[in-house]
Amino acid sequence: MDFSYSDEQRMLKDMVDRVVADQYDFDSRTKIVDSDTGFSADLWKQFAELGLLAVPFSEAAGGFDGGGAELMVVAEGFGRGLVVEPYLSSVVLAGTFIDAIADDDKKAALIEPIVSGDTRYTLACYEPAGRYDPYWIETTAEKSGDGYTLNGFKSVVLNGDTADKLIVIARTSGDTDAVDGLSAFIVDADAQGVTRRGYPTIDGHRGADITLENVSVAADALLGAEGKAANALQHAIDRGIVALCSEAAGAMEIACDLTLQYLKDRKQFGVPIGSFQALQHRMVDMRMGLEKVRSLTLWAACSLEAPEAERRQRLSAAKAMVGKAGRKVAEEAIQLFGGMGMMDESSISHYAKRIVMIDHYLGDREYHMAQLRDMTLAGQSTDHAA
Amino acid sequence: MEIEYNDSERAFRDEVRTFLTDNLPSTISNKVKQSERLSPDETVEWHKILGKKGWLAMHWPEEHGGPGWSPIQKHIFEEETAEAGAPRLLPFGINMVAPVIMKFGTQAQKDYYLPRILNMEDWWCQGYSEPGAGSDLASLKTRAVRDGDHYIVNGQKTWTTLGQHANMMFNLVRTDPDVKKQEGISFILVDMDTPGLTVRPLITLDGEHEVNEVFFDDVKVPVENLVGEENKGWTCAKYLLTFERTGIAGVGISKAALEDLKEIARTQMVHGRPLIEQPSFAERLADLEIELMAVEMTNLRTVAAAEAGGIPGAESSFLKIMGTEVRQAISDLYREAAGPYALPFQPHDEDPVGPDFVAPAAPTYFNLRKLSIFGGSNEIQKNIISKAILGL
Repeated sequence: MDFSYSDEQRMLKDMVDRVVADQYDFDSRTKIVDSDTGFSADLWKQFAELGLLAVPFSEAAGGFDGGGAELMVVAEGFGRGLVVEPYLSSVVLAGTFIDAIADDDKKAALIEPIVSGDTRYTLACYEPAGRYDPYWIETTAEKSGDGYTLNGFKSVVLNGDTADKLIVIARTSGDTDAVDGLSAFIVDADAQGVTRRGYPTIDGHRGADITLENVSVAADALLGAEGKAANALQHAIDRGIVALCSEAAGAMEIACDLTLQYLKDRKQFGVPIGSFQALQHRMVDMRMGLEKVRSLTLWAACSLEAPEAERRQRLSAAKAMVGKAGRKVAEEAIQLFGGMGMMDESSISHYAKRIVMIDHYLGDREYHMAQLRDMTLAGQSTDHAA
Repeated sequence: MEIEYNDSERAFRDEVRTFLTDNLPSTISNKVKQSERLSPDETVEWHKILGKKGWLAMHWPEEHGGPGWSPIQKHIFEEETAEAGAPRLLPFGINMVAPVIMKFGTQAQKDYYLPRILNMEDWWCQGYSEPGAGSDLASLKTRAVRDGDHYIVNGQKTWTTLGQHANMMFNLVRTDPDVKKQEGISFILVDMDTPGLTVRPLITLDGEHEVNEVFFDDVKVPVENLVGEENKGWTCAKYLLTFERTGIAGVGISKAALEDLKEIARTQMVHGRPLIEQPSFAERLADLEIELMAVEMTNLRTVAAAEAGGIPGAESSFLKIMGTEVRQAISDLYREAAGPYALPFQPHDEDPVGPDFVAPAAPTYFNLRKLSIFGGSNEIQKNIISKAILGL
């Protein structure tokens, strides 16, 4: 058993930390958030040059064969910097989806422009009626001629406003919530019949609601076998969960650091407020929450190739813990900062917002607790020894 | 022991309900119910409607225009207005500077300022907190130096709610820096048009312009604007803490918020069934409902004690903590109930994406983090309880 980073992992961490330290200070981030696109094309290119966009892909796809630990290292660094670049949407969700579903001879060609930064993809999966269930799909894909016609609606698609290409999950067969019968199609974001309504999200990112009205796609737009997209979808979402939990851990770390410093610096009643025992205990509680999230994130990150029951349990446990401990840390950070914590000018409020809102992506705490509960009820939960 | 309203209390409740049905504009109540910000004109409009009825200043003595209500009637009024979606009244004029003027002011100040508060000619804001004086308010530094028939004021106030709309400000300023800090503070009234006074917006984490910084650069304030004695301003500030704080629990507002939460939980779907039918969610809702019931009854006990002639002291600290915690918890569950559509963040003048009533979920949750911070933070309230009630 060895929890230390390998040399490659350490190098990866240092690389991300350096980019964030040099180029993602709070003012720079604010400019990017307020920009037209919500990300920095220049930085995206730099990420590509550094090989960051290749980390999680198999070698067959032109990547570095990075696993959960590598993803965790990168995402945690992004979390520390509150990075809003479209890494989760393009590289993690869309990219690893393609890596999982496409045949080896096709995937390299598809993933190469993701890795080079030339093309940004996003996975358009979730729908309003489905809430956090990725298999609740009302969007349909009907065979027409040699291709398909897509009709439906996708909500809160990450970076859907600026993505070049969408991977649309549509139903070719089966009931609305059936795992079987889902197909994935590559759709040009500005294809005829695609309407996008983009918006900022309250945590500094971008999203879009996307309407598909009689969108025609050719047969070769289909990724993988018809009706068999579910496994790849789960594969991508699992990696997305690792990335989000890691991001939360990074953001929580900085939130704790900033709060601790404030407790030392802020004087009221003639003394630093950190000298009050009541606040000391709460700061300790924040650190404990951080450690719990770090621990479960690490466990989840190292479980991406584990047997299904373990994998499901650890991923849901990590995401559920972020929803609980993350919110607590965010709220405490704002409270301990007092009026300053409420200010848009203070970086702590942005850390708090990102940490809390991570719960609204890829399944909230309730959703993941239900997963764990269902596993227990079905006799599937495991003795959670490593 | 009688825990239900009696006939005359019920009759009063009906009278308030009828008044609200007939006089609360639906344009305003709709906005309030959807957590949309009112325009300054709308805010003034509602104050004037209540003013015309004589119901604006319910805590004022009748001699100054108060309606002469008992504590229970005041409680009923707060509950009914919250449920009907009436805007929260601006407390700074009616409930903060007015009582101080009534208790410590000269006849000339009462004659001049009180009517202007009643008919909303003056919009007041509060100059208390400073960057270096939050919980430790007495350490405030904004300096007022006597120069002939003026004070010259220099310094900075922060967290000035709606200062961008206000024309008058009541201020705690330091008139003697050489004595114990509480003994060198004065309570003065400042016209915000005075040269040297600058208001700068402070944007909060929900993107709203609700609070401000106010800078004083050699601002000349007439000596007549001193309320009470020089260097006795802290007494005025402390007086306010005991003045009519039974509404502080915000029970009516939390009840209205809980109803909104149930509504959104009925319309959000999980696997084809309403969220409110998910056992885990329903249980969390029940837990909140129980907490709110506990706050409501604790509030009623305090109101009833006031009715019998008691003066709530540190009990108001319990109510402030309980009231703010339950309101925050409701806003948190509301945000969660909104699901993925809590993420889009759109200015008020756009057509929001997603289902109705979801757009304000996350901004409201984040905005209401202020409840446990301002008005005397919950930590300070616990200190007050520890000392004044528990003797620790």
